[in-house]
Amino acid sequence: MKMDLFTSAYVFLLAAFVGLEVIRRVSPLLHTPLMSLTNALDAIAVVGAILLAGEHKTTLSTVLGTIAIVAATSNVVGGFFITDRMLKMFKASRSPKP
Amino acid sequence: MTPFPGTDTIIELTYLIATALFVMSLKWMSSPTTARHGVWAGELGMLLAIVGTLLNRSIVDYKWVAIALVLGTIIGVPLGKVQMTAVPQRTALSHAFGACCVTLVGTAEFYLRAPAVPRFMMSVLSMEVILGSLTFTGSLMAAGKLQEILPQRPITFKGQNLVNLSMFLIAVGVAVYLVFHPDHTYLFPAILAIPLLFGVMMIIPIGGADMPTVISLLNAYAGLSASAMGFVLDSKLLIVAGALDGASGLILSVNMSKAMNRSFSNVLFGGFGQEQAGAKGAKEARPVRSASPEEAAEILAVASKVVIVPGYGMAVAQAQHKVRELYDNLTKRGIDVKFAIHPVAGRMPGHMNVLLAEADIPYDKLLDMDEINGEFPQTDVALIIGANDVTNPAARTDASSPIFGMPILDVDKAHTVMVIKRSMAAGFAGIDNPLYYLDKTLMLFGDAKGFVGSIVRELSGGGSHG
Repeated sequence: MKMDLFTSAYVFLLAAFVGLEVIRRVSPLLHTPLMSLTNALDAIAVVGAILLAGEHKTTLSTVLGTIAIVAATSNVVGGFFITDRMLKMFKASRSPKP
Repeated sequence: MTPFPGTDTIIELTYLIATALFVMSLKWMSSPTTARHGVWAGELGMLLAIVGTLLNRSIVDYKWVAIALVLGTIIGVPLGKVQMTAVPQRTALSHAFGACCVTLVGTAEFYLRAPAVPRFMMSVLSMEVILGSLTFTGSLMAAGKLQEILPQRPITFKGQNLVNLSMFLIAVGVAVYLVFHPDHTYLFPAILAIPLLFGVMMIIPIGGADMPTVISLLNAYAGLSASAMGFVLDSKLLIVAGALDGASGLILSVNMSKAMNRSFSNVLFGGFGQEQAGAKGAKEARPVRSASPEEAAEILAVASKVVIVPGYGMAVAQAQHKVRELYDNLTKRGIDVKFAIHPVAGRMPGHMNVLLAEADIPYDKLLDMDEINGEFPQTDVALIIGANDVTNPAARTDASSPIFGMPILDVDKAHTVMVIKRSMAAGFAGIDNPLYYLDKTLMLFGDAKGFVGSIVRELSGGGSHG
């Protein structure tokens, strides 16, 4: 158990550095879609909620898990959807218009 | 589901691929030309991870999972279809949803494991629940303020910071006690309830112009709480996704606080909100020069380089499409037109870019502060639409000004400055803007949309200049 948590800590540390490096390179132009995209990715928490609701250990855990799936799924669907909508609008000067 | 050997390996593989796709997704966001690939990579990763999870043999009942997935989709679709002007409140709302999910899972995990929760586990679990619940109510409050359901005006009272800080410390104290005595399960609701209240109190003193910072900060909190949930569930995928989200929120928060000249610790502990350092009541009546749409059009028509500075006022007036017409008209005359975007213009990071992109303005004409500031001395006309404090030269020159030191757009270096403004009322910070009294400044009083529309009419109608 203890070692698992240490492995997790290493994963967190490395992911945080990768995140800082990658996101530093995102143009300020795209900061709004960046936020909605990371928000959608963050909704991967739905994976934990699915297990919680599906394992059906106690009534409480099933109820909370089910509500959690609803909340996270709406972020997945809405987040990707609006990010793509926003990015579609960004056009360069010389791009020919359809 | 019939278990067959290797299912666990397949599931782990889907998570591993999803992790890689998530990192790629953010990497592709670095340029507008590849950004949409980023969305597709994210979607694919998400799909893989969800399918992988559904294969898990410990799932005994799919009924509620299926219902919840469908219900979430039904709620998610309209949230993806909101107007571009409503994106800040939608973003705040989605932070609330994410935090809600994390908090509920954390709560369920506690009651499943209690009373024998190992110390390290209890620590990350408390972090998950505390961050999650304060982000939940904080984001709901922010969304309410942005949607104007709640009063946007900051509400402050004496000792506010002290009250907030002690609330937070009590919650942390209870959490620390639980780490050492996890069998005292009756204390657990406290680390839910106190942060829920703290989230509300944290946002009460926030005014509209602080929203970009606050939204970024809530983004960071949401990411960190998801990462903590990954520790609890031993899900590396969730740790990575949360860390990426947290990093993104952190970078944006640092950017925003720099752009407002606030120290980062000031922001981190919710010490933002107005200082109320003495909003001047009586303002001296100094003469300003005002101009009509005809005069403004005449000056613009003979310019060779124009920089437009949009602010939240442009969004409020929904003037971006009229601004595009102005851009088209001037560009057709061979005038070089660019847009200067201050990092905190609008209500969230990048807000102005999205609105202008929606109005079909090419993104290579949208320049951020560092890129454009060197160009103002060669600019004939700087046209300010609904921005105020981010153009205030007092930030550079007047050490007694509350915004002294804040990086600004150097519009006062342009040959002519035009400011479209409803009246002479002061901006968010309640500070007078010396820019308005310069000889080179023309005040264009009126509604942003109406005034820009009139200029466009003048330019395309009778105006024979150019």
